[in-house]
Amino acid sequence: MTAPVIETHGLRKEFGDKVAVAELSLEVRPGEIFGFLGPNGAGKTTSLKMLLGLVRPTAGAARVLERPLGDRRARARIGFLPEHFRFQDWLSGRELLELHGRLGGVPAARRRAQTDELLARVDLLDAAHRRLRDYSKGMLQRIGLAQALLGEPKLVFLDEPTSGLDPLGRRLVRDLIGELRARGVAVFLNSHLLGEVEQTCDRVVFLKQGRTVHELPLAAAEAAALTVELRLGPHPPALLADLARFGRCPREEDGLVRLEVERDDVLPELSRWLVGQGLALYELRSQRKSLETWFLEVMGEDQRPG
Amino acid sequence: MRGFLTVARLTAHEAVRRRILHAALVCGAAFLVLYGIGFHFVERDLRAHGALSMLQRAMMLDFFVLAGLYAVDFLCVATSVLLPVDSVSGEIASGVMQTLAARPIRRAEILLGKWAGHLALVLAYMLVMAGGVLAIARLMGHFTPPQVVPGLALIGLECALLVTLSIAGGTRFATITNGLIVLGLHGLAFIGNWVEQIGAIAGNDAARNVGTVASLVMPSESLWQLAAWLMQSPVMRGLHATPFATASTPSGAMVLWAAGYLAVVLLAGLRRFQTRAL
Repeated sequence: MTAPVIETHGLRKEFGDKVAVAELSLEVRPGEIFGFLGPNGAGKTTSLKMLLGLVRPTAGAARVLERPLGDRRARARIGFLPEHFRFQDWLSGRELLELHGRLGGVPAARRRAQTDELLARVDLLDAAHRRLRDYSKGMLQRIGLAQALLGEPKLVFLDEPTSGLDPLGRRLVRDLIGELRARGVAVFLNSHLLGEVEQTCDRVVFLKQGRTVHELPLAAAEAAALTVELRLGPHPPALLADLARFGRCPREEDGLVRLEVERDDVLPELSRWLVGQGLALYELRSQRKSLETWFLEVMGEDQRPG
Repeated sequence: MRGFLTVARLTAHEAVRRRILHAALVCGAAFLVLYGIGFHFVERDLRAHGALSMLQRAMMLDFFVLAGLYAVDFLCVATSVLLPVDSVSGEIASGVMQTLAARPIRRAEILLGKWAGHLALVLAYMLVMAGGVLAIARLMGHFTPPQVVPGLALIGLECALLVTLSIAGGTRFATITNGLIVLGLHGLAFIGNWVEQIGAIAGNDAARNVGTVASLVMPSESLWQLAAWLMQSPVMRGLHATPFATASTPSGAMVLWAAGYLAVVLLAGLRRFQTRAL
């Protein structure tokens, strides 16, 4: 089995008396699109900065691309788009990519080729010679993305990559993430837009008050947590207890029987069993729980908007 | 090394692109034109004054050249503090530093690149300005003060010290705080030096010691004092007739102290930048 691109155990960061990250334990696999979710102030950005070597952890252990945190050889294979990023706004788009290519140690010929290729990919070829201070917010976000993809990274950190982008820009980000996945590049995505995360990520981890509290696979093959609704004819009270073998929390609500199942291949088996019991099955409907529902459930009622 | 050179070049590029260099050169040119006009009239009057001996004429010219270099020194002090003051703290606050530091280069390369880039700019500015003053004196008055090379080297060391403090301070303090601290330290050295001179003239050892302590706390001003002392004739030094002919002259040990001070400040800045959260 290939080694994870990120592996952390009990990573912790304190700033004076304030605990920014209490315990970060997670694993990201090669080529995986990994979503990192949590409310504002949960410690997402500090966690990301620790993984990038920008902030030193107070305690815990971690390896990124099989190297210790902050290792330069690992950083050469990492791309990073910070949230609210600022660049040297007196540079042109092309100069910015040239600068980062040079800092990343990309050889001159490859740097030029990659710069042209990436400028075309983020649709900024015609604005390449304009200064960044004259770019719109969306253009800045796109040049930032191009910067993050320079040097053919094996792991890309994207902190709110769709912030400030219109629907076309958001689609571009989704497509780029898809291309990275196809090339086997792992993406660590930090986003508030749960719809985006749901569409792009293979797996998400929830961070609550600086702790990783829940992990949820989203990839189709592993899709989890379906709510099944059954409309049945008269049935014995003991039915709910029998249904527990198919899924969690069987209950009767609004004249319907509901239960949570892990995978959709339970459904044919469940319908066969119900019919086999001689019950009248009028309707069987399954619904995937939205990421937003998950988010609210995992975070609990005690959370306040950040 | 790659990161160091790229960041140093980026720093120089920024000064050119943001017209900082243009502004400095335009103001510098205006200063030199004004100085040249003044020098022309002073030199013409000295020549017309038949009663002055060659020695007196040379002393007057030396004084006028030192006055010009004093103004250049003042401009260089301000430039050395202000040009790099926002370079580290400003980029940390705005987040520009995060994208630089996430690249596979050492943090020391970023800091040293910024330091070297700014230092090169300030030294180039100092050489253009001081060279302009000396060229005016040479061309108009056929006069060159003694020991120009060690004199300018000391002014260069003073600039390097202030650039270093400004860069290293940026790793710890916010921009405004940093600027106030470095200028405040230079102000302390400046006033301390005057206390020392007055103490020396009045024979007051306590006042003299206060000045020496101020120079140890911040040796920038004493470097200028030593430079000015070197760039005047022994007769002029002995007469104590001008503010540049100091009664208490800094020793060579002060130069070593300043060089050591610079190295320690730079190392402290590197150490702080290495570990600080970005």
